[in-house]
Amino acid sequence: MFSNEMADASNFVKGVDTSFMVIFGIISFFLIGITATMIYFVFRYRKSRHPQAVQIHGNNTLEIIWTLIPTVLVMVMFYYGWMGYKPMKEVPDDAFTIKSVGRMWNWQFQYENGKITDTLYVPKDRAVKLDLVALDVLHSLYIPAFRLKQDMVPGKEQFMWFIAGREGDYDLFCTEYCGLSHSSMTTSVVVMAEDKFDKWYIDTTVVAPLISDKPGALGLLIVKKNGCLACHSLDGSKIVGPTWKGLFGTQETVVTDGVERQLTVDSAYVLNSIYNPNDDIVKGFKKGLMLSYKNELKEEDINEIIEFMKTLK
Amino acid sequence: MIETLIQDSNPSFLDYKGRFKGLMGWIFSTDHKRIGLLYLYSMLVFFSVAAILGLMMKLELMAPGKTIMGAQTYNSFFTLHGITMIFLIVVPGLPAVFGNFFLPIMIGAKDVAFPRLNLLSWWIYIVGAFIALSAQFFGDGPPDTGWTFYAPYSFRTGTNMLPAVTGAFVLGFSSIVTGINFIVTMHRMRAPGMNWMKMPLFPWALYGTSWIQVLATPIVGVTLLMVVLERTLQIGFFDPALGGDPILYQHLFWIYSHPAVYIMILPAMGIISEIIPTFARKTIFGYTAIVVSTLAIAFVGYFVWGHHMFTSGMSGVALYTFSILTFLVAIPSAIKIFNWVATLHKASINLQTPFIWALCFLFVFMIGGLSGMVLGALSANVHLHDTAFVVAHFHYIVFGGTGFAFFGALHYWYPKMFGRMYDMAWANIGLAIFFTGFNTLYLPMFFLGMTGMPRRYYDYVEKFHGPNIISSLGAMLMIAGLIIIITNLVRSTRHGVKAEKDPWKGKTLEWTVDSPPSLENFEEIPVVTDHPYKYD
Repeated sequence: MFSNEMADASNFVKGVDTSFMVIFGIISFFLIGITATMIYFVFRYRKSRHPQAVQIHGNNTLEIIWTLIPTVLVMVMFYYGWMGYKPMKEVPDDAFTIKSVGRMWNWQFQYENGKITDTLYVPKDRAVKLDLVALDVLHSLYIPAFRLKQDMVPGKEQFMWFIAGREGDYDLFCTEYCGLSHSSMTTSVVVMAEDKFDKWYIDTTVVAPLISDKPGALGLLIVKKNGCLACHSLDGSKIVGPTWKGLFGTQETVVTDGVERQLTVDSAYVLNSIYNPNDDIVKGFKKGLMLSYKNELKEEDINEIIEFMKTLK
Repeated sequence: MIETLIQDSNPSFLDYKGRFKGLMGWIFSTDHKRIGLLYLYSMLVFFSVAAILGLMMKLELMAPGKTIMGAQTYNSFFTLHGITMIFLIVVPGLPAVFGNFFLPIMIGAKDVAFPRLNLLSWWIYIVGAFIALSAQFFGDGPPDTGWTFYAPYSFRTGTNMLPAVTGAFVLGFSSIVTGINFIVTMHRMRAPGMNWMKMPLFPWALYGTSWIQVLATPIVGVTLLMVVLERTLQIGFFDPALGGDPILYQHLFWIYSHPAVYIMILPAMGIISEIIPTFARKTIFGYTAIVVSTLAIAFVGYFVWGHHMFTSGMSGVALYTFSILTFLVAIPSAIKIFNWVATLHKASINLQTPFIWALCFLFVFMIGGLSGMVLGALSANVHLHDTAFVVAHFHYIVFGGTGFAFFGALHYWYPKMFGRMYDMAWANIGLAIFFTGFNTLYLPMFFLGMTGMPRRYYDYVEKFHGPNIISSLGAMLMIAGLIIIITNLVRSTRHGVKAEKDPWKGKTLEWTVDSPPSLENFEEIPVVTDHPYKYD
């Protein structure tokens, strides 16, 4: 807001900023005007200068005037607000659709050709529609530079749309409080020129160069894409869930149906912990914070993750 | 000799010896003045705790990343700060303290209509407070849902939710009982000759407030009960995992919690309407307009709850309607502002501490109300919803409005309540520091919101750093001001000079009785012949 060079970041910036500036102008006028009048009266009619107050009980004409003028002004403000808002719900039919999934506490963007990313890549100058899905609790997808926000409600279909007008990286935040790491549920929007975007979009091998021969490299990629690291650290620190550092192969005390027992962290345990996270809770951690990844991760993926975990000594 | 005899036969409510002695004489007293002070002392304790929590949150936000606490602690701090401030202080605050103390005196009555019910409501308040606060110390850790308890997170979190919700449920009854008591008191117990249009404006504001308390509070009671049932018996009202609807929760919650904003602000407006004529030495401008706008706010305030949900995915018609109504509810508040300022015209202003509080109230309340215009506009709201802008806005209303009026009222009625004066110089110094700190704390948050910083953020990106530093420094300054103000007031209860009956030369009935008032307020019930602000 206020910065002119960003006025074309999305097609809604102008409508939102105009309504903001119109209202800001009107309210500043009233704030300054009334405050100045008040201070003037206090100064002009202080006891030492104006020892005898004049008793005035009211004035109907004035009451009518200062009822009508604000009424007209608020209707003007309402009008600008509504006009800026209306296009946000009128999505063009040919919009490029991306399914945007929010969960505690990461974002995932699923493209129609099967590409999945944790950053939102969009083409410039083309209508983009985000189908919003919340998997667990309320989230809200907010792109300040685009002046756009929409709450995401589990079990309810919501959408937002925009035309990005300028290449660059923009912040994307979650703005509906969603628990422990709410403030880390952030990512960015990357707006690319249309030809560059098309190249990126068609190229499904783009992950290939990232995968070296290093063991566990593919696993790390899967881990990042699914936001596991929001809750599981790699450096031994305790976040929401147990750290993965040195985890694989060790003995853990877990609580199963309220009973404590010892087990070895092996492939079978990791697999079950990803598919049925609440079966065995490591002692000292809370139940119910992790959802099953049954729909997101295939067994091959989990094997890659296990390979990656083995590298974390 | 004669004087002491009179005093002995008619002791003040502070010295009166009843059936019980000491502390028992207070917590079992049905005297409306003692109950008012009981509320005041309890709230002072809760307020200090919640204000310190707020300060710690601001310190945490002074730099990105972890500064003094972890994310879980921060989340439970803003939850506890919100629950305490809203349910224990701001909603019950002005009616419970100043309403209890002054409503009967201002309408020429010896007590409220149901004194025992009045004591009961304090007890319910204390029990509710203890239940809500017990959530902090027992079970699986303090709640971390925010004071709004939004579904489905409030079902997902492993923290100790039930006591907090149950506490809020119990507190609702205290509010309802007080509301009924005040309504009956005003209908049945006004002094002879005081018809409705001769009633002072603070009682009028309490009248509007009481109706909201009685009519709106049951809705949140039922809603919170549904949350309890859902968490214990797995009945799916709000949790989509059980087939419920999270948006239904938001509707029910705000159908109460928006009118609750008017429970907070109407009595504040009433207090300002009392302070201004006293120090302007002049009758209030537009008495009728202020009364009508009070009732209009109480009425229209029921129909604007949807503006808390502009981004939750309501239909276009709902958005349209709620936006228009939101703008309309601003008109009666604007009318009040105009009438207060007009009262200063051709006045003879006695610039004392309570009046400076009222002027500061006008300034910060205008910022709060006018920034609400920005949020009422749909398109601007989409950008600013759930950002620091909203936090700044409602702190300007709730703290700037209700809080400033609370301290204004305390400085205005202090000589009457305690029979002593506070130190004027320290009161003014405290106010100046507090006012500067308040604005330094909250103004940068408007800017943070405009540049996109979401609320309830434990951590933030580097570009939000600058304004957060200023805001945190403001918080420290504000707390320093508060310490001066409260110390001065507490100290003066013992060391202040004795106050006269009518130190400010006010005209309403409370200034005709002793300072502090005797147990039954009036020797003889007064007969009212004139309007309440007769300065000619």
